[in-house]
Amino acid sequence: MSVLAVAGGQLLADSVISFDLGALARNFWALTIDGLTYGAIYALVAVGYTLVYGVLRLINFAHSEIFMLGMFGQYATLMLLGFGPSGNAYSEGTMMTIVYLGIAMLGGMAVAGGAAVGLERVAYRPLRKRGAPSLVFLITAIGASFVIQEFVHFVLPKLTGGTLGGVNAQQPIRLVQASDVISFANTSISNIEIVIVVSALTLAFAADVFINRTKFGRGIRAVAQDPVTATLMGVSRERIIMLTFLIGGILAGAAALLYTLRVPSGILYSGGFILGIKAFCAAVLGGIGNLRGALLGGLLLGVMELYGQALFGTEWRDVVAFVLLILVLMFRPTGILGESLGRARA
Amino acid sequence: MSTTPHDPAAGSEHGDQHLGTDEELVTSDTMPEEFLPDGGVIETVAVDVADLHPELADAEQVAELVAPDRTIRAKVGEPLLQMQQVTMKFGGLTALDDVTFDIRRGEILGLIGPNGAGKTTCFNTMTGVYRPTTGQVVFDGRPLGRTKRNEITRLGIARTFQNIRLFSDMTALENVVVGTDARHRTSVPGAIFRSRRHRAEERDALDRGMALLEFVGIGRRATQQARNLPYGDQRRLEIARALATEPKLLCLDEPAAGFNPAEKEDLKGLIRKIRDDGYTVLLIEHDMRLVMGVTDRVVVLEFGRKIAEGLPAEVSADPAVIAAYLGVPDDATA
Amino acid sequence: MSTETTSTVAHLGIGDRFRLWWDALARPTQWAVGVPFIVLIALLPIIKPPVLTTVGTDFAGVLAQFGMYALLAIGLNVVVGQAGLLDLGYVGFYAIGAYTVGLLTSPDSPWNQTDSWLSQKWAWLFALPIAIAITAISGLILGSPTLRLRGDYLAIVTLGFGEIVRLLADNLTTITGGGRGLSRIAYPIVGVSESRPTGYFSAGNNQAPITSGVAWFWLSIVLIIVVLLVVGNLQRSRVGRAWVAIREDEDAAEIMGVPTFKFKLWAFLIGASIGGLSGALYAGQVQFVIPTTFNIINSTLFLVAVVLGGQGNKLGVILGAFVIVYLPNFFLGRTELFGIPINGNEIANYKYLFFGLALIVLLIFRPQGLFPARQKLLAYGREVYVAARRAALALTRPTSDETTGGSR
Repeated sequence: MSVLAVAGGQLLADSVISFDLGALARNFWALTIDGLTYGAIYALVAVGYTLVYGVLRLINFAHSEIFMLGMFGQYATLMLLGFGPSGNAYSEGTMMTIVYLGIAMLGGMAVAGGAAVGLERVAYRPLRKRGAPSLVFLITAIGASFVIQEFVHFVLPKLTGGTLGGVNAQQPIRLVQASDVISFANTSISNIEIVIVVSALTLAFAADVFINRTKFGRGIRAVAQDPVTATLMGVSRERIIMLTFLIGGILAGAAALLYTLRVPSGILYSGGFILGIKAFCAAVLGGIGNLRGALLGGLLLGVMELYGQALFGTEWRDVVAFVLLILVLMFRPTGILGESLGRARA
Repeated sequence: MSTTPHDPAAGSEHGDQHLGTDEELVTSDTMPEEFLPDGGVIETVAVDVADLHPELADAEQVAELVAPDRTIRAKVGEPLLQMQQVTMKFGGLTALDDVTFDIRRGEILGLIGPNGAGKTTCFNTMTGVYRPTTGQVVFDGRPLGRTKRNEITRLGIARTFQNIRLFSDMTALENVVVGTDARHRTSVPGAIFRSRRHRAEERDALDRGMALLEFVGIGRRATQQARNLPYGDQRRLEIARALATEPKLLCLDEPAAGFNPAEKEDLKGLIRKIRDDGYTVLLIEHDMRLVMGVTDRVVVLEFGRKIAEGLPAEVSADPAVIAAYLGVPDDATA
Repeated sequence: MSTETTSTVAHLGIGDRFRLWWDALARPTQWAVGVPFIVLIALLPIIKPPVLTTVGTDFAGVLAQFGMYALLAIGLNVVVGQAGLLDLGYVGFYAIGAYTVGLLTSPDSPWNQTDSWLSQKWAWLFALPIAIAITAISGLILGSPTLRLRGDYLAIVTLGFGEIVRLLADNLTTITGGGRGLSRIAYPIVGVSESRPTGYFSAGNNQAPITSGVAWFWLSIVLIIVVLLVVGNLQRSRVGRAWVAIREDEDAAEIMGVPTFKFKLWAFLIGASIGGLSGALYAGQVQFVIPTTFNIINSTLFLVAVVLGGQGNKLGVILGAFVIVYLPNFFLGRTELFGIPINGNEIANYKYLFFGLALIVLLIFRPQGLFPARQKLLAYGREVYVAARRAALALTRPTSDETTGGSR
């Protein structure tokens, strides 16, 4: 039909021809660095998804809201420390800035970690006790996600006299003045990017060590592989589950601070949603249930996103993650590094 | 005993004269109900089967309704399924090692062996779920290739499960009808517009379904939810559902698990009845007494190898078989 | 392993009492009761009963929206409730249906056909089946590669699909109008007169008693009945049974010979078609489409309707849809309730919070929803249930013995 031909033609003219390889080539290094920065953040959040999935076979849909709460947590911590939104960044000196950021990160971690454990207690544990099928867990997770979002949207402003939450994003509190530290090719790496990537990698490394080298980590892996035997070996399943959520929450809280450094105007009730989905895509990309897979997937997704943005235009950036997800699930559902546990195909 | 004359038009979709307005009150207040924790309220009422279909009162007619209607190449007594030097390796593990035996049409064959002997692998290879590493499986004259799971019944093999896997949200009758659906062809357009084929197949499903339930002995439970049936009836229901697919070969995977001796006797009777109705039965079991009492021939596996085959009496006296199950005294191996 | 307990007379829920009463009625009686009931519902926006009528918005408009959401709930119920496939991106089908009508009939669209072969008068009517067809095809495209995935993955993939559709609508600006959307979409032109120069279905029709809201509400009632008949026929057939089997135990279903992939795909197709139908209705009613309507939050609302009403129960989900549409609108503009002053607008704002909470609470304490499904899966099953009931009545007569069945 001629309508279809016209339609196809216009689609081509609209999106595919704005396939700008030149933009990608010109800005390759800048894009890669930026991609790795975002990717590091995705990686930390992805670990939360992957751990919970590994232990419970549950996609914790509300993890994106845990991240969002982390953002508000670190913001509130900064406010308590006496900082406020302002046009220019504070300049407290490198040492103190790091200290303050560290405290804010701890604040974010505390809020996110606490929220994660609370979520598990209130929403998931009763379902586990009743032996609900996994469909029900998923739907509850969605419900929890919306409850938390709407809580920050409407209730939090009432509780904090309008300083936190509400319809608009929080006014940014800038602690760090962005400045270029290393220059090469035709691009440079800024201090913020270094902080983000280094912190994220450190935390990721710590998480990896924890999972693979400590007694608690062994417990997590045991419960993930065989809950019944683990219980027989004296591992408390409930405690492990709580620990898993706690770790995921803590990492998400850390990621929240790092994200705010990069996107200061992103602290909004709906600010976690898309990022959460992308982080989940990253976890699947790397291999769900696999911690290193989550890290790899996060970095990879971050970079691919930025390349996609250069190639097709900014408005298509979010689509990259979804398309990648669908492709991965269709062609290699176990992800790049493979699933550690369980299988993807029905 | 129903005192109202059986009206063939009663209960049809277009008229229902037997329940007047004064009777629903009776129904809802005095009918014993079961309250399930998940909110389901189920009638534990028995269906008076003969009231529904007079022919179901007669056991012979039931057997006729239930008998399979399929062309089978192999004649009675000839091999229906042949395992020919089947070896099955998973990586370094050899689950089956050069296993050869036949299942003859019309017999009840027992497949026994201690845990880990390879019975389940053997079973999966027979049904085409696994492809043998070497050797082949010939079913009704044709070599078995790799089969997709939902084509197994089309081949003509039906099975029950070790852990009962009924559709718990459906009634007993509905469970059996899913089995009959395997041989039907109605799809979405036919269902939406109620084509002639749809109506004929639904009629057939209902008639055969009721007959099958009656055949295995649970006719009165037709409208009860599958999850509410007593354990023994659930096992029978699974058998009825498998029979509904009109299999050439019926495979029963540990059907007596959890039964007491009296129930095992009933089960033996049912298995014989199934065979007498024209089916071939493969029985995988642990319980020696059950197997010896009902099978025509027995095959014994141990560590993936066939160690004995023959009449039950021969096999149960075979020292190798006894050793496999009971172990050998230390000095005998020295 | 269940043991049979016979004589504990437990408490019968309202739904079950009602169902027992309803099932016992003869067909003609069922029609005699059902039809007046439906007529009464249809007349609600005209009668405008005092407490029920919404204060802040047009009651007929609310009911018209309820009609569309009810259709969506029935469609999603086929996918989620019956076949057990968690589809989080159902809003995508809604969007495709609406945008197809928009693209074909809006003057803003480059693919507008109303100046070529679609006459303005019949534009919407002709665009309707096209919208359904296109949405069905999209369901096919989405389902074919993804229905082999396990439940949780399917959920995320469908979520991605829903978002991709919205992003496409938002970004393909020259075709879809981007954020501005498409306006002046065609609507059925029926009953042009002096007081209604653009007919009953135009958004400009405010002429009481039959305003545009009323007209669209009646149209959706008709469509709901048709869809219910179709879905009902499917339930009481091989297809419906396959869906329940797939939902319960997909592996066992396959081993019993159920062609699971085929019927999962059909479930998707039918769900998509119904979604597309509802989208086309929406486009015709509000006469413009913008991407923000079709976001994940609304997708979740449809899910809430299904879960609330009772997954698998096609009538229950209609009630679920009524709750999620009506309740927020009930509060809108209301400043007092039973003498207590309230801020209705604020309460309406909290709707997502309340529904999210409702979802969590429901799934913990009553996962089967308000009206649990008791679907009939046999086309000629009525006679069996009647026989069962007859046997039950025999219980009340002291001489009968209900534990003997079968041959005598």
